[in-house]
Amino acid sequence: MAKFHSTADPYIVSRVRALESLLMEKGLLEPGMVDAVVARFENDTGPMLGARLVARAWLDPEFKRQLVTDATPCLEAFGLNGYDLLVILENTPDVHNLVVCTLCSCYPWQVLGLPPTWYKSPPYRSRAVLEPRALLAEMGLIVPEAKEIRVWDSSAELRYMVLPERPAGTAGWSEEQLAALITRDPLIGVALVPTPAGAGPA
Amino acid sequence: MNGVHDMGGMHGFGPVEVEQNEPVFHWDWERTVYAAISGPMRRGIFNLDAFRRGIESMEPVHYLRASYYERWLETIISNLEEQRVLAPGELDGRIVDLTANPDLVVVTGRPPAARLAMLPGFRRPALTPARFAPGDAVLARNRHTAGHTRLPRYIRAKRGAVHAYRGCMVFPDSNAHGRGEAPEHVYSVRFEAAELWGESGGRREAVYIDLWESYLLPAEER
Repeated sequence: MAKFHSTADPYIVSRVRALESLLMEKGLLEPGMVDAVVARFENDTGPMLGARLVARAWLDPEFKRQLVTDATPCLEAFGLNGYDLLVILENTPDVHNLVVCTLCSCYPWQVLGLPPTWYKSPPYRSRAVLEPRALLAEMGLIVPEAKEIRVWDSSAELRYMVLPERPAGTAGWSEEQLAALITRDPLIGVALVPTPAGAGPA
Repeated sequence: MNGVHDMGGMHGFGPVEVEQNEPVFHWDWERTVYAAISGPMRRGIFNLDAFRRGIESMEPVHYLRASYYERWLETIISNLEEQRVLAPGELDGRIVDLTANPDLVVVTGRPPAARLAMLPGFRRPALTPARFAPGDAVLARNRHTAGHTRLPRYIRAKRGAVHAYRGCMVFPDSNAHGRGEAPEHVYSVRFEAAELWGESGGRREAVYIDLWESYLLPAEER
């Protein structure tokens, strides 16, 4: 489809084959390593850890306080040890957060997996900092004028994930039920977590 | 460098195009490229900052036309050639060999000795006290370095306020060029949309960005 998508251009494919062959010969790529390296992303393509962090934060105020103050111990509770570069941005009735990397493609893949192509594409990278409200509206998210938008440009090695607001209609839901409702886009800040269909008020 | 990769605030790229149910990789060659960086990086042949520098150094029209993983392919090749892991013409020679003999079998070689004692992670002990603290008014330097930098154009010469201290970290402007890690303090700085974009800035909008200490001056030194 889109103009920013990749192709199977025969010249590129031939260069990749040649590079692979030379890297193996030089001991820099082992047989089976490609499958091993990409497996975690291909086998778990959802927002991985991110949804579980958010679901627990919605249920456990102490966990949430820790998560937005210093996420490192919260990540350790889910088995990701020693990662001290994640910053969690809490959405509130007054503030909406949005994550971008204008210079390249920095993204919290430790908690969200690999970024979608649109996140890495020129339209998103160029416009998120200049006209975030218009960009979000185009992507289907109307942020009221009264709400402040904070755009986080990931220029260093810190990585950002949004803690979205808990939707109405989820009172009494378990952590597993809540996690299943949370998709990738709200954790980047380009969508809200939807109110479940047919749900009454929270 | 003032490259086309520095896209914050540019016009003309059109709407964001979202692919529904996008696969993690679109083609097998992308998986190979993704995995190809780990061996060279673990052996210290190039670091993440040099990897980014290689992408930014692509010819601008090529950069814009290339897909994401094609840019990765370009920087892997240019970094390996720069570090003489690949000899000039070696890659093209292998393409010719593989075209003549698609079933060419290569012997898996022994990995080369690690080049640099690369430390893990990005945080480093601070050797000097932090110059700024949360709440301080700062001015981003108006510096147009020809080399790699993480100070984008749209931030330069703008006034902001320090939001948070992030720690002392490897300095990309040095590390990308093999000039050492030269760690510096990093701050999250808030810039109001009106400061960045003037009358075009949206109301109740702000950008937060992480900046190394040498990108910043106290605001009164403009």
